[in-house]
Amino acid sequence: MNLRDPLAIARGLGSAKDGTQHWWVQRLTAVALLLLTPWFVWQVLGLIGADQYAVRETLGQPLNATLLLAYVLSMFWHAQLGMQVVIEDYVHGWFEIALQITVKFAFAFGALASALAIGRIVFSA
Amino acid sequence: MAAQQRPLSPHLQVYKPQLTSILSIVHRGTGVLLGLAAFGLMAWLLSTAGSIEAFDRFHAFVGSAPGQVLLAAVTASMVYHLLNGIRHLLWDIGWGFELSEAYASGWIVVGLTVVITSALVFVAMNAGGAA
Repeated sequence: MNLRDPLAIARGLGSAKDGTQHWWVQRLTAVALLLLTPWFVWQVLGLIGADQYAVRETLGQPLNATLLLAYVLSMFWHAQLGMQVVIEDYVHGWFEIALQITVKFAFAFGALASALAIGRIVFSA
Repeated sequence: MAAQQRPLSPHLQVYKPQLTSILSIVHRGTGVLLGLAAFGLMAWLLSTAGSIEAFDRFHAFVGSAPGQVLLAAVTASMVYHLLNGIRHLLWDIGWGFELSEAYASGWIVVGLTVVITSALVFVAMNAGGAA
């Protein structure tokens, strides 16, 4: 038997008060990706058929490397925010928590590995 | 995690498919695919930063038939998600909420997705290297 008042239980399940921040960062990274994606596509089209040395030399240029890092970080941040919402909507119970944690770790790993790869390209080019 | 098992909406099995609802779920679907494709971008960067063998292995996969199909699917998803994302951002600033406008912008997104994706695939094929 539960002696807690139903309202007290409902209150405990209320808003975490960070919805606006989530919404805003999703839009902010969306605008960043909107600006950077055409640049990235242009770069990749120019690199089709290029050998590893040529790709490193192009990506390793300071401006290109900076934009590429901004692109990758915006992408992984935007993606993990989106994945979080999709999981919240369709997955429930203990598996939801496990999946949320797995996805956060995986996308953090992807962002870090990409950033390190860009760093290595810049400093070895 | 509410205590009651309340009915959820919308009931997809009895709900008539419409352009607006289909574009909405496709935005999610392409978003998830692109989230996974970000790890493909990671792999490209790691292979470029790594050994020549790693670089060749990555490009052998991208150049293979499954790789080319996957790349085309990701390209189409990217174009769609970006264009429909613009549609979402315009809604966010309060533009295009009328039903007729939502349908018009939806069809524009569909049309432009086909045109831009085709153009990108055409240019990539004729650049020659990957195929």
